[in-house]
Amino acid sequence: MSLGAVVNEVVPAGEPWMGVVRRGQRLRIVDLEGNQAVDTLFYNAADTAEHYSAQDTIQAQRGIYLTTGTVLLSNRGAPMLRIADDTCGRHDTLGGACSAESNTVRYALEKRHMHSCRDSFLLALARHNAAGGAVTKRDLPSNINFFMNVPVTATGALRFADGISAAGRHVELVALIDVLVLISNCPQLNNPCNAYNPTPIRVMTWENA
Amino acid sequence: MNTEGNSAAPLLWAEEIPGGAHWSGVLRRGVALRLAALADDANVAALFYSREQPLERYNMADTLKAQHTAHLTTGCVCYSDMGRILCSLTADTCGWHDPLCGLTDAAHISERYGATRFQEERNERFVSGREAMLVELGKYGLGERDLNANINFFSKVVVDHTGAMQLASGHAKAGQSVTLRFEMDSLVLLHAGPHPLAAGSRYAPSAIRIEARRVAPPRADDPCRLRCPENARGFINTERHYA
Repeated sequence: MSLGAVVNEVVPAGEPWMGVVRRGQRLRIVDLEGNQAVDTLFYNAADTAEHYSAQDTIQAQRGIYLTTGTVLLSNRGAPMLRIADDTCGRHDTLGGACSAESNTVRYALEKRHMHSCRDSFLLALARHNAAGGAVTKRDLPSNINFFMNVPVTATGALRFADGISAAGRHVELVALIDVLVLISNCPQLNNPCNAYNPTPIRVMTWENA
Repeated sequence: MNTEGNSAAPLLWAEEIPGGAHWSGVLRRGVALRLAALADDANVAALFYSREQPLERYNMADTLKAQHTAHLTTGCVCYSDMGRILCSLTADTCGWHDPLCGLTDAAHISERYGATRFQEERNERFVSGREAMLVELGKYGLGERDLNANINFFSKVVVDHTGAMQLASGHAKAGQSVTLRFEMDSLVLLHAGPHPLAAGSRYAPSAIRIEARRVAPPRADDPCRLRCPENARGFINTERHYA
């Protein structure tokens, strides 16, 4: 499976990962221990003002979940990546990233100081000086949550349900353009998105054979 | 519940937004904006930004997560990405507003309704939601990078167990209204254009009347504050910001 991998890294919970996946290369994210939310954004590596758009993607496919066959669209309506393989079954487009500020609303004012995905995103952007500093908080739209289960009911309720993923399940995407990938391996401890126990993931990329 | 949307409060101003047109303006904390559909099948795309620091803006995910909802109606609030409340839905005779489906773009509009140019059609030309918002954003030094997920007022989109989305036909009726009480000084962008999942090939978006009124601050028993413990904390965060 790892034969010829360009990238093959374990990303612990609470850590970000950034990298470029070239057109035609595959990106695989493995949920190593199960039920781990992986907050992910994609940017056009050549022009980071173009990025994954949840609304464009779900509008085009007229459905809120991502799985094999889904084409991830940009805010300009252009195809960015295609999900080529998915052993989990579906992934969330609506839950977004946790942040220190939204944690105060969702759980308690005192939870501001717990680690969050947005803090990881911002730290990664600062560490990598992404696109020469051209990627900032302005460029953090609604992200994908791989492996996370956020069902919507027919009456319009939204729930954070127990995960449908399990140890070893993965999602694999083919890049249709050169993309900059920004991942936060979610540190959320307050809801079932990580089964209350954030765990590591594996990130792999390789040339499309 | 006051379904008239504080219409007893003195009117500060009112405007009509023609079908297909876009609008922007500042709504201060303590002012309510009533949006009224002037014809059936209205749709109003909306975006909200903090007037003080536009980097703080309406956040779809935080709004849905905090209130465990995939639709907006009376009692719901619109959260910024900073844990604060930009505005609250204090009255709503329509019953369901769509936060999921986004905007139309130029390709969508020309494919669905036909290509139009100002040269021939003058102000009857068809403007896409994305272009409408980019024009309004540009007036404040904002742009494409600031164009995040929007709300579509007056549209109902139901999601089934497979995740498939369907726009309810015949949802919005002429005369229905929704009232947004602004809890922060906000930059408001509106576009009275068709919903992206709208059926048919006839471009005939409803005009909208907007009315601004000064209203009382939310009390301790305000229905939006009491809707869920999350909203109580959202109001605390917002009130601390203005303390």
